[in-house]
Amino acid sequence: MEQPVRSDHGVAVVRKPRGRAGKKLAPYLLSLPATFWLVVLFLIPLVMMLFFALETGDVLHGYSLTWNWGEFGQQLSLHSTEFIRSIWYAGAATIICLVVSFPVSYWIAFHGGDRKNFFLLMLLVPFFVSFVIRSLAWQFLLSDQGILLGTLKNLHLIPQNFHILATSTAVIAGIAYNYLPFTALPLYVALERIDYRLIEAAGDLYCSKREAFMRVVLPLCIPGIFAAFLLTFVPAVGDYLNQQILGGVSNTMIGTIIQTDFLVNQDYPAASALSAILLLGVLVGIFLYGRLLGSRTIEEYV
Amino acid sequence: MATVATPAPDKTVEQEAVRRPRKPPWWKGKILPTYVALVLIYLVVPIFVMILYSFNVSHARLPQVSFKWQGFTLQWYKEWNGIPGLVPAFKLTLILASLAAITSAIIGTLLALALVRHRFRGKGATEQVMFLNIAAPEIVVGAALLSFFVILSTNVAILHSALHPGFFDLFLAHVAFCIAFVAITVRARLAGFDRSLEEAAGDLGANAWVTFQKVTLPIIWPGVLAGALMAFALSIDDFVISNFVAGNVETFPLWVYGAVRVGIPPQVFVLGTVIFVVGFGIALANLFTGQRKKKQQKA
Repeated sequence: MEQPVRSDHGVAVVRKPRGRAGKKLAPYLLSLPATFWLVVLFLIPLVMMLFFALETGDVLHGYSLTWNWGEFGQQLSLHSTEFIRSIWYAGAATIICLVVSFPVSYWIAFHGGDRKNFFLLMLLVPFFVSFVIRSLAWQFLLSDQGILLGTLKNLHLIPQNFHILATSTAVIAGIAYNYLPFTALPLYVALERIDYRLIEAAGDLYCSKREAFMRVVLPLCIPGIFAAFLLTFVPAVGDYLNQQILGGVSNTMIGTIIQTDFLVNQDYPAASALSAILLLGVLVGIFLYGRLLGSRTIEEYV
Repeated sequence: MATVATPAPDKTVEQEAVRRPRKPPWWKGKILPTYVALVLIYLVVPIFVMILYSFNVSHARLPQVSFKWQGFTLQWYKEWNGIPGLVPAFKLTLILASLAAITSAIIGTLLALALVRHRFRGKGATEQVMFLNIAAPEIVVGAALLSFFVILSTNVAILHSALHPGFFDLFLAHVAFCIAFVAITVRARLAGFDRSLEEAAGDLGANAWVTFQKVTLPIIWPGVLAGALMAFALSIDDFVISNFVAGNVETFPLWVYGAVRVGIPPQVFVLGTVIFVVGFGIALANLFTGQRKKKQQKA
């Protein structure tokens, strides 16, 4: 593209190999592959899924678009238990993650010193093992005769019929474990950004350490807390692997229902409606977040 | 849970001897580090379990890890290829992750360049889509892609064989969920980029391509590499989306998931251990060679 763009003045243009037209086109050319990929393989599928929810029919006779809006209400009432349970499990796990990881992130951010990156890597350690295997390892650990409970039972520290697997505790614990790094990292980013001099200043102004924490540190990391909440809660609410591996039939979450409807029952409209509802709920949450704290912030934490 | 295991009596004595006006209690400044250590240990526990059970003896007729510890063996490492279907699934996962990582690294880097360097129509919308892509629950993305592939392959005859759930679909889907992560990682690297370097190259007679090749790319390379590694990790670990679009093809996580009901062969833990050791080894090496890891973590 050495060809200079013709210009009425024709002076300065020769020095610049790329003309104005090239400059204007550049961002589009650069972003084209990504935008194309995201539109075709993310946005359009999402829209198509919404339409699928409005169709009726079955897998043998095909589906036709009948604008069956009733599907949403029907699925919502049919699976309200699973929806509520998913929100409860994910919410409980998220709160556990926040409480557990806040001190860790705080310590790494303020006292990590030169080894900050090492500690962060240690926080990310679970990601070096496959998600399925991670849950599986907890199954081994918590199984009735496994190394933990089996040993405790042999020592008669817990009753023989004690079990954790197939309870909601196991599912919540599994989710909390798997998503802890998603909570800890945004918290760390938020805390790390806090200028330590502000805390010192609070001290100089006769703030007790506790007060400085409550009135300086905590308010400053509220965006981080929200980001952590979203980044943990959103994947957790759609999670079904932990429930299937660590839980039982009484712990069914909405993810399992969607998966079964899609892959086993092949009831595409029902499954599409359910996932559309799930997506909508998540979007409302994100929208509220954006309204409260600005939409830029969350991207920075991703 | 014992928060602080060992009190340090000598230290208390020492401190008393000094007789400071206000003696801090011996546990001061120790609770938090101990807690952090406990949490980090907790994070490692399942990995430890995986590695441990990859050495567990099994007497079952079909090789299967038993929940009970039955003794140490290296048998499964010797017979790592002993389970039909497992190694092909593992290879497929590695190939898929490599292809997805390379593709999304290229596409994502271009997108990051466009986002940082230029103002253009649709920039805001692109950023919104990226954000949505990251924020949407995986199960929704997987379900949407499955609907999409099903509709296309049943209604459009030409696409039938191409988009029938399988490897190609997996590739398309994996790149789709990696692009945004790569773009954000590279963008973080580009943010601190000194553009006068490029101008200098231009002044010295380099054209746009040479400037990109010799100046821009070397500087953003760590970001690109970090993005590619992240995409690789995301892809190799993906279960939810793959479960929807894989059809009859099995990736390693899908194979393991399928085996849960029948019983996990110890080879699964062997391969899991190998992934862990290699991945964590690279990360540690990277950390100690003083790469700019910080940016990558933040991104």
